[in-house]
Amino acid sequence: MSGTFLGMPSLPVFGIGNLHEHEPFPKAARRELGNPQLRANLGHATRTIRDKRLAVVSELPDWEELREAGRAIKESVMTRLPELLEEFEANFTARGGTIHWARDAGEANSIVAALIRDQGATEVVKVKSMATQEIGLNEYLEEQGIAAYETDLAELIVQLDHDKPSHILVPAIHKNRSQVRDIFLREMEGVDPELTNEPARLAAAARAHLRRKFLSAKVAVSGANFALADSGTLAVVESEGNGRMCLTLPETLITVMGVEKLLPGWEDLEVFMQLLPRSSTGERMNPYTSLWTGVTPDDGPQNVHLVLLDNGRSAALADEMGRSALHCIRCSACMNVCPVYERTGGHAYGSTYPGPIGAILSPLLTGITAEENNSLPYASSLCGACYDACPVKINIPDILVHLRGEDVDSKRGKNRRKRAMPSQMDVGMKAASWALSSGKNLGLVEKALPLGRLAAGPDRKITKLPGIAAGWTQSRDIPAPPGQSFRQWWNKEHRAARPDAAPAAGTDAAGTDAPGPGSAGTEENP
Amino acid sequence: MNARADILDRIRSALRDAPAVPEVPRDYRRSSGLGGEELIELLTDRLLDYKANVFIEEAAAVPQRLAALLEGTGRYAVPHGLAESLFAEADAHDGGSGRRVTDAPGQRLSVEELDGIDAVVTGSAVAVAETGTIILDAAPDQGRRVISLVPDRHICIVRAGEITAILPEALRRLDGTRPQTWISGPSATSDIELERVEGVHGPRTLDVVIVRG
Amino acid sequence: MRIALFATCIVDAMYPATARATVSILERLGHEVIFPAGQACCGQMHVNSGYLKEALPVVANHVKAFEDDEYDVAVAPSGSCVASVKHQHLMVARRCGDAGLEARAAAVGAKTYELSQLLVDVLGVTDAAAQLGSYFPHRITYHPSCHGMRLLRLGDRQLDLLRSVGGIELAELPEADQCCGFGGTFSMKNADVSSAMLADKTANICGTGADLCAGGDASCLMHIGGGLSRQGTGVTTMHFAEILASTLENPAAVSGDVRLTTGRTAR
Repeated sequence: MSGTFLGMPSLPVFGIGNLHEHEPFPKAARRELGNPQLRANLGHATRTIRDKRLAVVSELPDWEELREAGRAIKESVMTRLPELLEEFEANFTARGGTIHWARDAGEANSIVAALIRDQGATEVVKVKSMATQEIGLNEYLEEQGIAAYETDLAELIVQLDHDKPSHILVPAIHKNRSQVRDIFLREMEGVDPELTNEPARLAAAARAHLRRKFLSAKVAVSGANFALADSGTLAVVESEGNGRMCLTLPETLITVMGVEKLLPGWEDLEVFMQLLPRSSTGERMNPYTSLWTGVTPDDGPQNVHLVLLDNGRSAALADEMGRSALHCIRCSACMNVCPVYERTGGHAYGSTYPGPIGAILSPLLTGITAEENNSLPYASSLCGACYDACPVKINIPDILVHLRGEDVDSKRGKNRRKRAMPSQMDVGMKAASWALSSGKNLGLVEKALPLGRLAAGPDRKITKLPGIAAGWTQSRDIPAPPGQSFRQWWNKEHRAARPDAAPAAGTDAAGTDAPGPGSAGTEENP
Repeated sequence: MNARADILDRIRSALRDAPAVPEVPRDYRRSSGLGGEELIELLTDRLLDYKANVFIEEAAAVPQRLAALLEGTGRYAVPHGLAESLFAEADAHDGGSGRRVTDAPGQRLSVEELDGIDAVVTGSAVAVAETGTIILDAAPDQGRRVISLVPDRHICIVRAGEITAILPEALRRLDGTRPQTWISGPSATSDIELERVEGVHGPRTLDVVIVRG
Repeated sequence: MRIALFATCIVDAMYPATARATVSILERLGHEVIFPAGQACCGQMHVNSGYLKEALPVVANHVKAFEDDEYDVAVAPSGSCVASVKHQHLMVARRCGDAGLEARAAAVGAKTYELSQLLVDVLGVTDAAAQLGSYFPHRITYHPSCHGMRLLRLGDRQLDLLRSVGGIELAELPEADQCCGFGGTFSMKNADVSSAMLADKTANICGTGADLCAGGDASCLMHIGGGLSRQGTGVTTMHFAEILASTLENPAAVSGDVRLTTGRTAR
């Protein structure tokens, strides 16, 4: 295969699966904001992790250099992706592993199910994996009569509660300890009825619950954090030992991994294994990391598979402005620092990937016009905290803005075709574009300021506006406008005192009708 | 077209703007000036932070330390490559009760057997002081990955010469293609309210014996 | 030094006192201030709302307005608008395929400063009381706006300037680095989330017992002030330029309501 693309450019093929918003974000957010318990749980958890992350990050004198190396390595991987995939495949296969390629979620699911059936198994143990969440593997396996047991504590909590994950690192972040205890008491067979809400007791209950499953499982399904092209090595980063159990005990191991997870080689791991633990759990190092390269005779699974998943990643890669979203190492630092995520939680984002990274990654994988995913890029005040926290320096705010542009542009086309009415926002933006694209125009608009003063009335504030502006006045007043704009003052009063200065555009003051020497400062009356 | 060709084609098509391959600046620390006692001190501090137990011994005192740690323990596993002499003291205490079970090629312990064993003693390949990490690479003194996983207590011997200060130094000493387990404290979770709790599925107790010299 | 003032559209139309204060400070330091007549807006609202096509004429106008005049540096009393001039203008030009505009925007951006950047880094102001005669006998707190903090890396420049004002009492704002929830059209499109963020910000402000909350971006101050007004807190907001411009002889007045213009509060 040649390293450069010579064929006809193909249209991007988007991903399917659990990547969609099913209702617009503002609507979902409104519902979640109405849950005070959720707000309290999220506020507590995100504050805790923010402090921990800051402490361990500030310990390293070379954090910024590591971030820069991480960014550059990922960028280099994206530019060389085809050749690195082929290199990885050759090495993994040479060491006894089997590679499967899956264009999308459906293809990946059926590959995994077939591999499980080949072993005659009807149940599998699972290590927490975003890729398998994304493709809805558990639900598919259930339809196929295969039970998938999540073994990560938070995933277990969510699975027992028949709930959905709300965070990529701590899927049960929206539950507090008492809620977890109640779930265990209700759903866990043979649990001690005296179980308390102490996290240590809850962890012990999970250990007891899963022990037999681990020891008897024939097949495990995992994701992977990293894959090294030059050796065919896979890595899973975890805390509890459930990963080690799944990666070591069963005879068959099936790993599902997005194509973007590659790293060129061993040397790159030293960068990412410093960036990831500190960014994600706020620890100097996570308790356990497992590395395996194909099959090791006499040690661990002897039947080792890897499913390489596209599912929209190639479409995201085709977006020059958005492709760096694929650099994401799923650390979750961006959601932990995001003021929007902190208040709405992960469910409001619909997709498997919530928070700031989800707000760009989901629409990049599915296309901006898919379902309600065009509401996701607007789920941000663009405060930039995510960009600062990102260990691989993904400029999330810039990509959010880029995707907003894609959304607006996609509707322009639609409006023309369907001759639909432009939205209030469209009309407002068009008008504002006129007013703000020349000093003269703005000056003309400013002549209407006294009208606003009139509208504000005697208490000098505007408290209710119609249309989209009602969003503003639901919780904020608008001050009455001033009697004259700065531009008017400059020409009438300030410039008048300095006759050599040029008049500002959009004012009719020629300098002659201005009152006496206006001394600069904050003291004049209009 | 098969999926492989299709996906590679899509990716090549996505990269038709031919983005330049960037230089990777490796300006982060790749070596440190730390050595000797400083490394032992740093590693100890970090391990204690993870709630591991740390014992620093001269080489000659290791058999005694192991005997003391294994006092009152039932059966324990050892990989075949760990020197017999390390257990001389423990064996003497046993009075020939045969608590020590060896996992060796051709004589593998089953998962069920390991589940009935209280502890495991292994060596280690390399350690990272700054992060409190001990890396096992399945060499004969460390054994198969499973033996240091299933028993609830892991007693790990770290020779001072294995200790590096920072991760890049440690990785330079390792072969990436060997099965590796990086261990930073006993198993733990932060899944409930992001509060760290030690002791989940992996060994709930980690005893580290650091051997000087 | 000849300094071109970029007033920004919101200050020009809604908060002229902030721009007048900026002029006052710079003239007190002996510099000549000019006001490029063609200026209007940085275009950030359009860009951040996804209307990049509509942003193009706004960006082009700003670049033209600020390359016509001769001056040493340009200054704006806004971290957000300066960040837009320095970063977004290039992006808009690039996206619209206008390489010429991109290069011209880069040249304008390179000599544009946020007010505290100019005062501290270029004009060497470290003691506002001594160098500007700043006097403001009030208990205040301070909110660092996101774009100044994260896009321009202003650090403590604004806060340090405020600390050096005569008679001032500064109360530390808890969770100061958290966004106030403004975010331009975010405050309307995602009004519920924005309001929840605002509620936490105003609660933190009121908890300090300060008379007013100072900041460096009129838009964030309008948002925070609008919330404080709606809640009837009696706490107000003010741009740090107005506090620096305030002197013993000509004090900036503080009203117990959304602060509009010096004209209004002087009544």
